[in-house]
Amino acid sequence: MNRSTIDLWVGIFVAIGFGAILFLALKVGNLLTLDRSPGYRIEASFENIGGLKLRAAVKAAGVVVGRVERVRLDPKTYDAVVTMRMDSEYQFSKDTIAAINTSGLLGEVYIGLDAGGDPEMLKDGDRITKTQSAVVIEKLISQFLFEKASEGSSKDQGAAQPAPAARAPEGAKAKATEGAKK
Amino acid sequence: MSPTVKPPASRAPAGIATWRVEPEAAAVELADVTFGYDARPVLKGITMTIPRGKIVAIMGASGSGKTTILRLIGGQLRPQSGTIRVGGLSVPDLDPEALYHLRRKYGMLFQFGALFTDMSVFENIAFPMREHTELPEELIRDLVLMKLQAVGLRGAAHLMPAELSGGMARRVALARAIALDPMLVMYDEPFAGLDPISLGVVGQLIRRLNDALSITSVVVTHDVYESLKIVDYLYFVSEGRIVASGTPQEVRASSDAFVRQFVDGAPDGPVPFHYPAPSYRDELFADVR
Amino acid sequence: MSADVAGALSYWLRRLGGGVTGAIGQLGYSTRFLLAVLWQTPAAFRRIHLTLREVYFAGVLSLVIILMSGLFVGMVLSLQGYETLKRYGADEQLGILVALALVRELGPVIAGLLFASRAGSAITAEIGLMKTTEQLAAMEMMAVNPIARVVAPRFWGGVISMPLLAALFSAFGIFGGYVVGVRLIGIDAGAYWGQMHAGVDFWPDVTNGIIKSFVFGAAVSLIAVFEGFDAKPTAEGVASATTRTVVISSLAILALDFVMTVFMFRGAR
Repeated sequence: MNRSTIDLWVGIFVAIGFGAILFLALKVGNLLTLDRSPGYRIEASFENIGGLKLRAAVKAAGVVVGRVERVRLDPKTYDAVVTMRMDSEYQFSKDTIAAINTSGLLGEVYIGLDAGGDPEMLKDGDRITKTQSAVVIEKLISQFLFEKASEGSSKDQGAAQPAPAARAPEGAKAKATEGAKK
Repeated sequence: MSPTVKPPASRAPAGIATWRVEPEAAAVELADVTFGYDARPVLKGITMTIPRGKIVAIMGASGSGKTTILRLIGGQLRPQSGTIRVGGLSVPDLDPEALYHLRRKYGMLFQFGALFTDMSVFENIAFPMREHTELPEELIRDLVLMKLQAVGLRGAAHLMPAELSGGMARRVALARAIALDPMLVMYDEPFAGLDPISLGVVGQLIRRLNDALSITSVVVTHDVYESLKIVDYLYFVSEGRIVASGTPQEVRASSDAFVRQFVDGAPDGPVPFHYPAPSYRDELFADVR
Repeated sequence: MSADVAGALSYWLRRLGGGVTGAIGQLGYSTRFLLAVLWQTPAAFRRIHLTLREVYFAGVLSLVIILMSGLFVGMVLSLQGYETLKRYGADEQLGILVALALVRELGPVIAGLLFASRAGSAITAEIGLMKTTEQLAAMEMMAVNPIARVVAPRFWGGVISMPLLAALFSAFGIFGGYVVGVRLIGIDAGAYWGQMHAGVDFWPDVTNGIIKSFVFGAAVSLIAVFEGFDAKPTAEGVASATTRTVVISSLAILALDFVMTVFMFRGAR
């Protein structure tokens, strides 16, 4: 085994090794797709963020317009305060609603933005006032049982059932998401 | 033979004379050396002198501590007591730098050769030259070929150690040992396991190289016949002590019991045939009440 | 207590004590050895062809087993993962499952174990054999430091090779998962790569995987060279040193993996 053959093979080895690392970084991981573009930050507070995690998507109409940058607990109100980094390309009105949604049964948890009609737009540092928290299944179930117990008569069951049943799957999604993504 | 190759003067550390050997001193002097690997002493007071330019054999039964003496001279081991001087320098007291410089003046032929198996014959001999000198490749090539010519293996330069016979491997190792024209060459069982022709070849090479290169040789062996043909002086070691010494003529004519047993190859004598054991009668009749 | 029991007890206590002090002594010795090897690092890189040669023997020659194993592991992951995910209607998440499992854990760990058994044992056997045939002693007597010339290049050859091998293992595994998931089972290719792309983050996932493989490489290489250097210079000595390398390296990889995973992936934030 002479030296030049060894050098050749080592060179090939190192090249494909680095190629694999690059592959993992770019195609598998999301190294370059992390937002480098300038953006602005807005905040929103929720009673419960469910399974929302850092770097979760912020979507409007299904399009990713930002990322969750920071999550903390407000020591005074005991609400969750989420800081979102928004793509500067998109502007949202001051009365935008932020809701915590799940994509699919075991999908990722993200923040969905529903734009309103206010002519004034959110700027860097602003806070979204209207928010909808994640659905927690225990509360849903206890609510359902409470409603069932307080009714007791069959003629009210027909009216009371569809509402909890319709909301139960959503709560189930939120809870199951929490377990699956960890 | 080949011209003596001296390392460039710039390699010598300035102002440190501790590693320079005294020109008048005997090559190797051991005085009352004791050594043991653990509690059990292997050498119990060895005193020997090896004059410059001579071949001295250290003979003894297997396990008598002969190889240990070589390791002590080479600085791989430190004696528990006694002095070891090479060219006037006390070997155990040398710092790593000085020991490094001293070892560059050594050549050593290990038992069975110890050639580097991942290199060719040529590369094995070029190894010390490449490591310790900055000679250009063309000069190294010429020197390697000269060393190989001296041992008669110039045509085998491209072979790998695995392709060599025992005798050839030994000769290549010999060429490697003299690659840098050392002042002292140590041979650890150079005759072990060789066929009669190779025995003669190796013996002759040891003698001729010693005289031609003006080096001092220490040969550790238990081959009496070959040693008596080529060496200038012999030491006999048994159980960690020197029990006899003399020139080949003195040894052949000696009436010392140990020397006689060794030279004649007698099974029993000062070195007993039976390993120490309780009485034979008692062991055989142990079960009989 | 009777004399026999006391005797037996003291015997076993002495053996235990001897074993503990022996183990601590070994630990100290191996630490000094590691420091000596690291000290010779400049020498190993000055003669870069020595280290490159070891990268060849440790890395390039391990490629076949690493790539094949990576492929098979990825394919099996995909197969098994699909079965479970389908139960929750989350089969579109297969890409993330395969990628995260490989990049964070299986890539570094399995590649490390394979490396230990293939390259680690070869290194130990080689050095042990050189010790037995007195080649290391010959080097010493020729005033060449065997740690600089033989040990350090092999150590760094292993450290350099490991991360590359782990990355290749993961990459081939993900490709194998793609072949099974998309081509055989029929999951949407876009979902496979898209979910993976969104779910695998460079900073915690890929980089931690790389850090793990570096640590494993260093551990395996160190254990391999140490066992070889320390082996008894007999045939049985080299054989048992080789076995020890594989066993201790494997345990070390799994233990270090646990410790590092705890620090790196402390729950999803």
